[in-house]
Amino acid sequence: MQKFTFTVKDELGLHARPAGELVKEAVKCSSKVTIRKGDKTGDAKRIFNVMGLSVKLGEEVEITVEGENEEAEAAALKQFTENI
Amino acid sequence: MEKLTGKSILKGIAIGKILFYQKGEQSVKRVKIEDTQAEIKRYESAREKAVLQLKELYKKAVKEVGEVNAAVFDVHAMMVEDGDYVDSIVNIIETQQVNAEYAVAVTGDNFSKMFAEMDDDYFKARAADVKDISERIVNILSGNENNSGALEEPVIIVADDLAPSETVQMDKEKLLAFVTEHGSSNSHTAILAKTMNIPALIGVSIKQEWNGKLAIVDGYTGTLYVEPDEDILDTLKKKQEEDIKARELLQDLKGKEDVTLDGRKIKLYANIGGVKDVASVLANDAAGIGLFRSEFLYLEADDYPSEESQFMAYKTVAENMAGKKVIVRTLDIGADKQADYFKLDHEDNPAMGYRAIRICLGRTDIFKTQLRALLRASAFGNIAIMFPMIISVNEVKQIKEIVKSVKKELDGQGIPYGETELGIMIETPAAVMISDLLAPEVDFFSIGTNDLTQYTLAIDRQNMKLDNIYDAHHPAILRMIQMTIENGHKHGCWVGICGELGADPELTKTFVEMGIDELSVSPTFILPTRKNIREIKLN
Repeated sequence: MQKFTFTVKDELGLHARPAGELVKEAVKCSSKVTIRKGDKTGDAKRIFNVMGLSVKLGEEVEITVEGENEEAEAAALKQFTENI
Repeated sequence: MEKLTGKSILKGIAIGKILFYQKGEQSVKRVKIEDTQAEIKRYESAREKAVLQLKELYKKAVKEVGEVNAAVFDVHAMMVEDGDYVDSIVNIIETQQVNAEYAVAVTGDNFSKMFAEMDDDYFKARAADVKDISERIVNILSGNENNSGALEEPVIIVADDLAPSETVQMDKEKLLAFVTEHGSSNSHTAILAKTMNIPALIGVSIKQEWNGKLAIVDGYTGTLYVEPDEDILDTLKKKQEEDIKARELLQDLKGKEDVTLDGRKIKLYANIGGVKDVASVLANDAAGIGLFRSEFLYLEADDYPSEESQFMAYKTVAENMAGKKVIVRTLDIGADKQADYFKLDHEDNPAMGYRAIRICLGRTDIFKTQLRALLRASAFGNIAIMFPMIISVNEVKQIKEIVKSVKKELDGQGIPYGETELGIMIETPAAVMISDLLAPEVDFFSIGTNDLTQYTLAIDRQNMKLDNIYDAHHPAILRMIQMTIENGHKHGCWVGICGELGADPELTKTFVEMGIDELSVSPTFILPTRKNIREIKLN
């Protein structure tokens, strides 16, 4: 299992466009990808799960990647989230 | 054959199939279903179709409003295919043995509630997106796909009334005519019809059963024929061909100067609502753009357009016009043009309320973003900036101070900008009365006859009942125009008209006699107006 966190820097938070981009990236992974904010978690491959967390500017989010290619996939996702 | 009459907005003839445009929010009935597997299949094919429609809409929006603003349709497509959303719909069909429309509507309600209950305004507003996608699927399921905006063939749109946000979505190339029951000759739909040079009728009692039927809109007589008889069809087809020939004749005027028989030159400019209209400006050979309505950048977006996206739009227009004048009017929102994210309070009298420059001077952050984008773009062409709804000298002084501070900011950052003329709209009786005091402050005046007429005659543009007393040629308006021109010229201001009156063929000569310097009209009116100007003999 791979884990990393990132902080949302967009003024509107993890709004529709970046949330959509994140889901697209997550869907590419063969692993199970989970997104967590505080005590709420969701499936990062599902747009309503991701937007349902209502992540706002400056809030921290944890991504968990579990699967056979978890290392490479977590690295790719981490790189992607750095631009959100 | 059915024959109905209404008030005609534009002389012209359209022949084609009717598309009955229905607002969303139709009521969905709960129906018991025996074969739930077949119902799920029906839902699945509707879902696929919804995704296809959204992909199309995305492509169209990328072209019209850019990738960033188009992304919403991409996200909508993801929502339609979201696992939880899909599971919920399938589950409701299976366990409750109900129709797909009902299952989609219930799921849509539940998911939109989830957003509505969030503590953040942005996410709260996403409830509308969920409703939107659910309505799209329900519409496909019930065979009511008019709201998609993606038109498959050229059609005559028949609707109760149309909001600006609805017309923005429509595929302009496939609109033959509008027929509405409500709305007035000055409504947004009417203005759009004039801009696009397509016939439109208002005040027609419409029927849903017309959907898909062949019809003719005769803009000369204000008549709508549904399922017309052969002989009427033949007669009007001939008339339509004559129209086309007349239009081709006007094409001969391309490349000719806008000058009267005795040599007075008029600047004949075009009014546009967005980057996509530039093609039509060039095709109709306008000498410049006299009114670029920047609010469309705001109305088509879900959130305040960034400096960068505005800069790109202004720069594109300036570059395409290749050194010809481009007059951009700063944000004119409020009244009948609303964008949700501005969160403007409801007003009892919005035409006289918090709108246009009043918002800009109250929320200078929005104003400065636009000015920065405009000034930056001015380095790439001949941009002039024009401010709407002015009523006092003090407002103009405040504006100039803000422009100065934005320029200073750009200087500090080493960002280049060009020479920009500053002008104001003369569209309130107050501005006309003090035009002698306003003129020394600015480079030009542009008379906005639509609002000026509404304020002077105290007639609501949207009120159909007042159409019979609405006199666009009222002497009060003509005297005001005369006064504005005289006061402008005394103080070295050039004066133009960018309202609809500017394209009125019966007034072209009057305006030229008054000494008007510029007329700015819809691109389709450039060549007819040129023809009029070239036939004028002053003395």
